[in-house]
Amino acid sequence: MNAMPVAQDRTASRALGRRRRFADQLVRALCLLATFIGLFFLVSILLTLIIRGISALDLIVFTREFEPTTYGDPTALKGGLYHAIMGTLVQTALGTAIGTPIGLLVGTYLAEYARGSALGNAVRFVSDVLLSAPSILVGLFVYQLVVLPMGAFSGIAGAAALAILVIPVVVRTTEDMLQLIPNTLREAVVGLGAPKWKMITLVCWRAALSGIVTGILLATARITGETAPLLLTSFGNNITSFDLSSAMASLPIAIYQQANSGFPDLIEIAWAGALIVTFGVLFINIIARLLLRGRT
Amino acid sequence: MSDTTMTAVPSTRRRSGSTGDLIFAGLCRGAGLFVLLLLGAIIATLFIGGLPAFREFGVGFLWSSAWNPVEGRENYGALVPVLGTIITSILAILLGVPVAFGIAFFLTELAPPWLRQPVGTAIELLAAVPSIIFGMWGLFVLVPFVQSYIQLPFGETLGAIPLIGAIFESKNFAGTSIFAASLVLAIMILPFIAATMRDVFNQVPPVYKESAYALGATRWEVMKGVVLPYTRISVVGGVMLGLGRALGETMAVTFVIGNANRIATSIFDPSTTIASVVAMEFPESLMGSLKQSSLLALGFLLFAISFVVLATSRWLLRSRLK
Repeated sequence: MNAMPVAQDRTASRALGRRRRFADQLVRALCLLATFIGLFFLVSILLTLIIRGISALDLIVFTREFEPTTYGDPTALKGGLYHAIMGTLVQTALGTAIGTPIGLLVGTYLAEYARGSALGNAVRFVSDVLLSAPSILVGLFVYQLVVLPMGAFSGIAGAAALAILVIPVVVRTTEDMLQLIPNTLREAVVGLGAPKWKMITLVCWRAALSGIVTGILLATARITGETAPLLLTSFGNNITSFDLSSAMASLPIAIYQQANSGFPDLIEIAWAGALIVTFGVLFINIIARLLLRGRT
Repeated sequence: MSDTTMTAVPSTRRRSGSTGDLIFAGLCRGAGLFVLLLLGAIIATLFIGGLPAFREFGVGFLWSSAWNPVEGRENYGALVPVLGTIITSILAILLGVPVAFGIAFFLTELAPPWLRQPVGTAIELLAAVPSIIFGMWGLFVLVPFVQSYIQLPFGETLGAIPLIGAIFESKNFAGTSIFAASLVLAIMILPFIAATMRDVFNQVPPVYKESAYALGATRWEVMKGVVLPYTRISVVGGVMLGLGRALGETMAVTFVIGNANRIATSIFDPSTTIASVVAMEFPESLMGSLKQSSLLALGFLLFAISFVVLATSRWLLRSRLK
């Protein structure tokens, strides 16, 4: 009378245990698979870039500017990406130089002046929205504001669009890093009689320096690969130009145009450009991360 | 040191300090206001730029599927790009979220500690790869793969199902399609969602998890019964962040969606999104033309949609941000 239910109970609980363990192992296996899928895509992209890019990467890519396709004419001179590399360097440097001070000041405002204030919360919210807002809309905005009045695509418009994209990245990291600084440090500085602006510039900024630099590097990495806003602002150019008031080439735009050209030799150059951009961007990212790790 | 310096120095210092403070605080506050102004200016500029199109076509702009640049018969509508944007983004979420969850679960609960940092960094680096690279890789690697290993078998097997079969059947042989775009988008938003989920999972107080483990719960049961209920609002916030990113993604989509102003009946048909139609057509449109105005109006719509999504995401993630 008593033995039966116990036995049934035991088999039932064993079955339940098996089911639970099975569910657990199934989910674990699926999670491992998901992680492999994520890593697989990264590896696939990098391998594709290396395999297709290395074979096209030569000195010509770095030293010569655009030439029309050599397809069907083996004697024609091969083109390179010198004009695009120069254009990207100029616009990225300008964009970072314009955007960084603004972002730094906004981040400082949020961390040092506006803790808990309504205006501060509004600024933080807007900056966060701008961080993820579609970058092509920034391009449209700068087009209306700069390109339309000037009547032509220009390098300065491209730099302005990139600067707008830099600001929210620098704001986020600057605020985060300043908030990590203990208040006792601030109190010690103020206790010595220093005014608040000296406390911020000489002590807080210095204490948060590596974090702030990380933010600037991440912002630079982000705009180096930006294509969409440049399409509507600096447009691209087939010759090397340092004239900020006219259309300027950039690496992502050159890749975009040559990858879609349909000519195998131009597509090869596009792969070489893609390799340069991606490894440049990833290199800056890794440097930024190492900088932050040294700190914490 | 005489008495005069003793008294003079502190007073000048205080004065210079307070002027410096005023200037510096003014600069910081001004920069903050500038950011507010920037967002306002973007909205206003897009709206003003799109005004001629809104005036010309009225509310019908929203559900007209026309896109006719022929002079004299110019007619533009937002339906195809808006639908394309929403469909690709939602498909990307459906494809990306389960994988992102798996990665976050793996990184917080399953992986041995020594493995967490390198794998986490690798996933984050995926987010740093420029959009145009995803586009090129998508066009030259993913699209041929999708075409021969996904589109054909799906069309043959699932196409036979009545009613919904048509969704999988397509006569498009270029390979560039809504599905290809969604897949690329899913890969691109994966690291953002995974990183957010990982961060919020890490915020669950260990005591909660430990008490569940002490009762004999398995890892999956702890995730399902403790971690997910505790973090569900932030998890939805992370998904919304991914959605916001997917809505505005431009270059990668432009490469793989086919850029056709047609309402797609199948996920393997080409279509277009707001961002890609702007990228394709805006640089070539005439300054001040109706076409340009229609594209700006589309930009305004995109901004409105992504603003709502991103604002919701941030509101849901507010507990994490504090």
